[in-house]
Amino acid sequence: MDIIYTIWLRSMKRYIRSKSRIIGSISMPLFFLLFLGFGLNSVVQIPGMGGDYITFLIPGMVAMSVLFTSVFSGIQIIWDKQFGFLKETLVAPVSRLEIMLGQTVGGATTAFIQGMIILILSIFLGLKSGNVLGFLIAFGFMALIGLAFTAFGIAIASKMEDMTGFQLIMNFVVFPIFGLSGALFPISSLPPFIVPITLLDPLTYGVEGIRYGLTGVSQINPLICLVVLGGFTVATTFIGAYLFRTIKS
Amino acid sequence: MTFAIQINHLTRKFNDLVAVNDISFEINEGEIFGLLGPNGAGKTTTLAMLSTMLKPTSGSATVNGMDIKNNEDGVRKSIGIVFQDQSLDEELTAWENMDFHGRLYRLQSDVRRQRIEELLELVELKDRKDDIVKTFSGGMRRRLEIARGLLHHPAVLFLDEPTLGLDPQTRNHLWQYIAKLSKEHGITIILTTHYMEEADRLCNRVAIIDHGKIIALDTPANLKDGIGGDVVNIRSPDPSAVVSVLEVPWISRIEKQYDGQVTISLQNAEQHVSTIVMLLNSNQIAIESISIHKPTLEDVFLSFTGKTIREEEADGKANMRMYQKMMRR
Ligand SMILES: Nc1ncnc2c1ncn2[C@@H]1O[C@H](COP(=O)(O)OP(=O)(O)O)[C@@H](O)[C@H]1O
Ligand SMILES: [Mg+2]
Repeated sequence: MDIIYTIWLRSMKRYIRSKSRIIGSISMPLFFLLFLGFGLNSVVQIPGMGGDYITFLIPGMVAMSVLFTSVFSGIQIIWDKQFGFLKETLVAPVSRLEIMLGQTVGGATTAFIQGMIILILSIFLGLKSGNVLGFLIAFGFMALIGLAFTAFGIAIASKMEDMTGFQLIMNFVVFPIFGLSGALFPISSLPPFIVPITLLDPLTYGVEGIRYGLTGVSQINPLICLVVLGGFTVATTFIGAYLFRTIKS
Repeated sequence: MTFAIQINHLTRKFNDLVAVNDISFEINEGEIFGLLGPNGAGKTTTLAMLSTMLKPTSGSATVNGMDIKNNEDGVRKSIGIVFQDQSLDEELTAWENMDFHGRLYRLQSDVRRQRIEELLELVELKDRKDDIVKTFSGGMRRRLEIARGLLHHPAVLFLDEPTLGLDPQTRNHLWQYIAKLSKEHGITIILTTHYMEEADRLCNRVAIIDHGKIIALDTPANLKDGIGGDVVNIRSPDPSAVVSVLEVPWISRIEKQYDGQVTISLQNAEQHVSTIVMLLNSNQIAIESISIHKPTLEDVFLSFTGKTIREEEADGKANMRMYQKMMRR
């Protein structure tokens, strides 16, 4: 436990010091919220969900913020490898599993905070939910997305030598995960051939879970969301831990 | 005498390349032991195996009596290591880097705090303790890494090229620290280097390693004595003629080098140099230059390998490029 805490603590210190990263990763979801949200608000009606488009979009943007920050945090161990710091951790008399879990919890925490920032900003943009339980549900899904995708990032980073593949991963893995997740459009209004892909996207269940928490309505039963996303989190953690063990120091 | 480290036929291969080739030796408790050799000789690979970061292909070793294969954790707890490449977190302060290490090695918080104070004092970084490492010079970073390596009170400290890339003044300073550590704390230090002077000045014993093999192991003084006296270098248009003329009993060794120079070893060179010049003159052999010096470890390396360390490194770099090309594919 104390080793996991140690590694988590380092992530937090680095996070707090990286002002530009904090602002940088808030800017995109905020941009989406302001321009897509307000721009389409009067044009788009979300069928069967009562609220306006911006209310629909907010959970998606919170999920997006958590997704990008967590994948990035996971992949950051490549920096540690390149800057040599990973060796310092790997030569210590601690298990690889503890190191990996520490990284995962650390990355998930930063991702969660980034999501929280978007969530708080959303309140000023018109999020109308006074329901404490709803918020807690949303927090739970945010945490799961954070854990799952940090572990996912670690798994990828364990197989990468340097940052050259990073852009590729972003373009061909992370953006599709986001784009297909139902963060921007309701599943019911998607063309039928895309729906199965959306249902295969683990982030869909995170977005829907957060949406249920924040707006009280979702197109997928929140319990199913919990089971699927929870299962995905366990799976990525196992795969991440396994691949992290194979890293050559 | 107990041994801090015992190495038995240790070998490591990377595919076809034998990076460390059947090395065996012991390192005494409390000594400063140098592993001297050119780039690519296998120094880092040897340390990686001793610190359990890399599995040997064959052979075995013990560190502080613990087997590197069967007792990884035991070995790791009892060693400190400063890697060849920097391994600090540049975004953290000096104190935070130390604290991270202390926590990883499970030191209690009061012990941790006290030792960090002491060690930062020792390496003269106490007044910079709350500064981000990014702002540190190369020498300061190295000192911080050494302090960090000592935090958990290891019995053995590995230093992989501790002064690589530092300016001569900082290097000198660092040598003093290392000597002091060994003297005052009785800690066993194994350092690798390709600087002759470093090995000579600092180490009780030196193993010269080339192409993964130990080619000589002794005290620096004994290694230099083994050369057979002072060293005279002669440059001439006709090196073979020089060699044949100087086949005389008072010259203990004469060799035509790789680069056309003739190297001679003899006792009391100052007294004989005029005779040498006379002999060459009377045989009408031109002399371009002649120099005399006390033997250095460079001469020792040369006498064993026929090349200077720099020449070996030039070859090594070619190998390195090939290796990188292979990795890219
Ligand atoms: N991971 C590796 N894979 C393949 N070859 C390696 C690897 N690490 C080192 N080598 C090769 O092993 C040899 C010894 O390297 P090293 O131990 O780093 O030498 P030194 O530290 O003495 O400069 C070199 O030829 C180097 O290219
Ligand atoms: Mg090396």
